[in-house]
Amino acid sequence: MLKYLARRLSATFLVITLVSMSVFGIFAVLPMDPAALTCGKACSAPVIEANRHRLGLDVPVQVQYGRFVKGLFVGRDFGEGAAAFHCPAPAFGYSYNRHECVTTLVAEAFPVTLSLAVGAFVLWLSVGVSLGILAARRKNEWQDRAATAFVLIGTSLPTFISGILILLFVALKFNLINPIEMGRWVSPLEDPVAWFRTFIFPWIVLALLYAATYTRFTRSNVIETSTEDYIRTARAKGLNERDILRKHTLRAALAPIITLAGLDFAGLLGGAIITEGIFNLPGLGRLSIRAVLRDYDLPTILATTILAAVFVIVANLLVDILYAYIDPRVRVAS
Amino acid sequence: MTLKPFLEVKNLNVAFPTEDGLVQASNDISFTVARGETLAVVGESGSGKSVTSLAVMGLHDRKRTQITGQAFLNLESGPVDVISADAEVVRKLRGKAMSMIFQDPMSALHPYYSIGNQLIEAWSLYNEGDKAAGKKRAIEMLDLVGIPDASKRVDEFPHQFSGGMRQRVMIAMALINNPSLLIADEPTTALDVTVQSQILQLIREMQKEFNMALILITHDLGVVAEVADRVNVMYAGKIVESGSAEDIYYRPDHPYSIGLLNSIPKIGELDSKRLVAIPGQPPSLINLPRGCSFRARCSFSDRVANNLCATTAPTLDTKTTDHFSRCHLTEAELVKARKESGGI
Repeated sequence: MLKYLARRLSATFLVITLVSMSVFGIFAVLPMDPAALTCGKACSAPVIEANRHRLGLDVPVQVQYGRFVKGLFVGRDFGEGAAAFHCPAPAFGYSYNRHECVTTLVAEAFPVTLSLAVGAFVLWLSVGVSLGILAARRKNEWQDRAATAFVLIGTSLPTFISGILILLFVALKFNLINPIEMGRWVSPLEDPVAWFRTFIFPWIVLALLYAATYTRFTRSNVIETSTEDYIRTARAKGLNERDILRKHTLRAALAPIITLAGLDFAGLLGGAIITEGIFNLPGLGRLSIRAVLRDYDLPTILATTILAAVFVIVANLLVDILYAYIDPRVRVAS
Repeated sequence: MTLKPFLEVKNLNVAFPTEDGLVQASNDISFTVARGETLAVVGESGSGKSVTSLAVMGLHDRKRTQITGQAFLNLESGPVDVISADAEVVRKLRGKAMSMIFQDPMSALHPYYSIGNQLIEAWSLYNEGDKAAGKKRAIEMLDLVGIPDASKRVDEFPHQFSGGMRQRVMIAMALINNPSLLIADEPTTALDVTVQSQILQLIREMQKEFNMALILITHDLGVVAEVADRVNVMYAGKIVESGSAEDIYYRPDHPYSIGLLNSIPKIGELDSKRLVAIPGQPPSLINLPRGCSFRARCSFSDRVANNLCATTAPTLDTKTTDHFSRCHLTEAELVKARKESGGI
């Protein structure tokens, strides 16, 4: 197990390195001059050159990457003299539009996205899985049909429709959200109630989409597992239906859902662009979309992209470890 | 045998409603098995062998199956009809009064739980006591069915066992609560030939050890000859012949049984002739043909007068003492048919 972990961890590290290199490489060859973006329309060549030097963009790309990696571990200084600016480790760079260390921007946005992702995850997993189990147990009865209807609605409604509908016709209509304060970040440690009110509707919007997928997936897995020979064996032993479901069917049927859930959660941690946009949540999704569409803020894009990749890679690792714990066949094979 | 039978099945019918119509999988089945007795049920796939025993075990989904008739378990506390009894009552008999092992030991054990866990689970359903006591009993049973190093292997998982060893585990699990009836549904079909006889031997030993009634479902007539006291030959959902193993082997009284026995290759006659197969396919179990179900494949039906085979379904009649056959031919005609078709 330790050996397996060590191998997986080093592979993870390698993948993260490769991802960061390729993202860095892509930005290096983009037909866009980051230095020119640092000042407005009436910008003179000397100023651009000075900024280019200040931001460390005047050296070859591999040196830039080296500095970037070094900055991740020890922090980084930009510019000299009075204009000098220090970003502490882990430094992803300096946003020349927001005039702020990228790490600071990310650190501000991350708790928002984390709150959004965790809440939505809990909601969709509990609703999706229990609805799926119910539909499987009551196959072809009205409960199953109701669940199927829910799945159809959930999967066919894009978040930009369901989000706006819920915002307009539920949240604002019944004064459940203060339109002025909408999306204001409140730490759950300071004011759990306000935090909950900020996030409950975004959670519902995201959960609606994901729960539908999980309902369908759980339903078909439970139905399929129910026909396995070992379920018949469990019944032949004299186990009651509740224990057969709880101990035998669900253990096997829900194992693949862990993979799906881990990856979906990680994907969401990278930022839910549309949902954050609709509910004005200052999370990673909005940070990225603003950096991409408005500011051409390359260091920020770099940071959010790498971060999203890291989330997915780490989630993959955790899912694999968890899976080995659940399925003894995987454990021994490794 | 004068033993009071442990299981008495009377006029059991099992049918599955489908979109195409009602599939009559088991048709008017009656038989008995006593403790210490072995009943072999022989027939090709789809002849209703498993369906009948699953009905006795109460393992059919009651919502999707129509079951009529009776199946009495003669327990010490009195007889219980497992067909009409409450599902919960039947559940509490499973694993305790009656147990079942299945064809494919590769898929019959839960891949996520250790062997010990699965055995202890079965044990704790009917025994008071902590996990340690259950584990002790599990090791005892594994030892009994011939798992070497049982105290160590009890913590291993199914995929770490070979097919034969898994079937031993299944047997240990089925017997852990000392049942009075064991139904073995093709227990050796999925195993290597070399392992088959070991498992069969083990089942016989266990039958003696626990003094169980044993129903052995198989399509392997070699298996039947070795172990059975009585044999039921099934065809298209019906018992077509029933008798002692000797009767079925040496004096088969149904053209189907005669055909089955003739289709076994005989050592020493390897180059003398081709294998004899029964021509044709069994009929669909939806809308069974009028008359005898086997008529279309029977080489002797033209010997019955008045085209009786096509119009009237034969009943299970006594041909000789304690030997029943569902055929319009008389015993004399059957003896002749036996001789003509290879001189069994």
